Amino acid sequence: MMSTATADRRTTARISSSRSPNVLGGLAGTFWLLVTLVPIYYVVVTSLRPREDYYSSNPLSLPLEPTLGAYRRVLENDFILYFVNSAVVAIATVGVVLVVSLLASYVIVRNRGAVSKFAHRLFLLGIAIPIQATIIPVYYLIVQLGLYDSLLALILPGVAFAIPISVLIFTNFLRDIPNELYEAMTLDGASHWQMFKVLVLPLSKPAIVTVGIYDALQVWNGFLFPLVLTQSSEVRTLPLSLWSYQGEFSVDVPAVLAAVVLSCVPLLAAYILGRRQLISGLTAGFSK
Amino acid sequence: MATTSTSAPARPPKPLTSGRGTRAADGPSVWMLAPAFAFFGLFAIVPLLGVALLSLTHWDGLGSPSFAGLENWTTVFTNPVTLNAMWLTLAMTVLTYVVQAPVSILLGVFMAGREKYRAVFSVLYFLPLLFSAAAIGIAFKALLDPNFGLSNAFDAPWLNRDWLGDPQLVFYVLVFVISWSFVPFHSLLYQAGVKQIPASMYEAAMLDGAGRARTFFSVTLPQIKYTVVTSSTLMIVGSLTYFDLVFVMTAGGPGNATRILPLDMYLTGFRSYQMGPASAIAVILVVVGLIVSLLLNRFSGADKMESQMEGA
Repeated sequence: MMSTATADRRTTARISSSRSPNVLGGLAGTFWLLVTLVPIYYVVVTSLRPREDYYSSNPLSLPLEPTLGAYRRVLENDFILYFVNSAVVAIATVGVVLVVSLLASYVIVRNRGAVSKFAHRLFLLGIAIPIQATIIPVYYLIVQLGLYDSLLALILPGVAFAIPISVLIFTNFLRDIPNELYEAMTLDGASHWQMFKVLVLPLSKPAIVTVGIYDALQVWNGFLFPLVLTQSSEVRTLPLSLWSYQGEFSVDVPAVLAAVVLSCVPLLAAYILGRRQLISGLTAGFSK
Repeated sequence: MATTSTSAPARPPKPLTSGRGTRAADGPSVWMLAPAFAFFGLFAIVPLLGVALLSLTHWDGLGSPSFAGLENWTTVFTNPVTLNAMWLTLAMTVLTYVVQAPVSILLGVFMAGREKYRAVFSVLYFLPLLFSAAAIGIAFKALLDPNFGLSNAFDAPWLNRDWLGDPQLVFYVLVFVISWSFVPFHSLLYQAGVKQIPASMYEAAMLDGAGRARTFFSVTLPQIKYTVVTSSTLMIVGSLTYFDLVFVMTAGGPGNATRILPLDMYLTGFRSYQMGPASAIAVILVVVGLIVSLLLNRFSGADKMESQMEGA
């Protein structure tokens, strides 16, 4: 298997090099690169501008005297609190999602019973329907449970809404564990829990990282739940804080954009550290 | 009958196992599903049924709901604002799809190439995924500001517009910003799909003298069929939930020019405190989403997710 794969790779390399370069593709690709980068460049450049310069300078020019003043103004404004809130929600949500989804996926892949099949279909349904449309009853439920305006109000539905995609990625991944491994362990007299711990858990490490990063991305960026399920600034999360900064700092655009930059620092860090893992896992999870 | 254990080697002799009562062939106990099931049931399935019930009630969001019959449904289907929102959502779904799908496919194919510079490109293409919709909305709002934004950068009359204040223009601006933020994810899916195509197929196409375009339509596109289905489902169902971006950038305005259905649901429910009609709108979103994904799966013959499970 391995050797044919490398052989295949060699032929593709030859094919693409024997063709004339794809000029049109290159141009279009470069064009989209500009479309992607100009707004990001604008955000970074503006966040480094002195407040007064915002009104007078060309928006795409480099600041003559770059300053971190905008970042200071944001950090002095409870940004750390919102950051911590977001981190608490993200860590708690992702932690719970990983445990419950991995367990569920293990059953879905290994158990051929009706219940397991039904559960699988139910979770897939969650991907097929715009589940955010259930926000009104979720709000009702959270109020009834007395959880309104707490971080727990964000964590509980957050877990539920992350389960479908996590189960999809995990089941796609767990199917690749060869049956022989389970059989060998069964012959050794292992229980299903032992198989889960000794076999499934270590082997699905890449998938765990993938699902973890993907879910964290979703939760970290979530806007609707915080908007509807919380109210006071003590439990405000980052995306909502960006929105409220817009009002507070309406005359200080560099500060608002500095907050935008700060809010994606953890994701940027995660991306730099785990890019390959994230991308390969993500794509494998969806396109198999 | 005494030969059972030898004729079914996959099933071990019982006394050896310390299992929890389920037979090995049946796999692990379904009780391990319970936690996920509990979360999903309570916060997704129950609300799903709940929203249908609430659409039949009067409720201001604070007191308790009272039965209203089909009144909300008549309200929703006669309210010009909501009818307009339905139209806008349809237009938004179609337009964003028409922009996103081809760009994502072409970009994915482009990224799947092996030159070094494409690797660098794909690292940069990914960046919008790291911004929250709120962040993207705020960034573009500043960038498109008629006085201090992009229109100020070059001395070009076509750039000097009130992008978000012009009811004729704002809708297309949103289509662009939505595409900007979602294309990276979908092109990533396509990149992975294209990379899974066996090189021998391209070799054969080349020996047959197929050109670049012919190869694309006869080899690449048919081979990434399932990726197209997955991506299309996510795009179309996703467009029924575009909320944060539109909420942050325009809040539905100017006038009702960008008041799409999810936003109409939010404003009706949480701003006008009419949870009944808002629930009816939510039900419409759920039903449309479900129909779209069922249709896509049926037409493409990609009930793959299930068949995969049976083959496991």
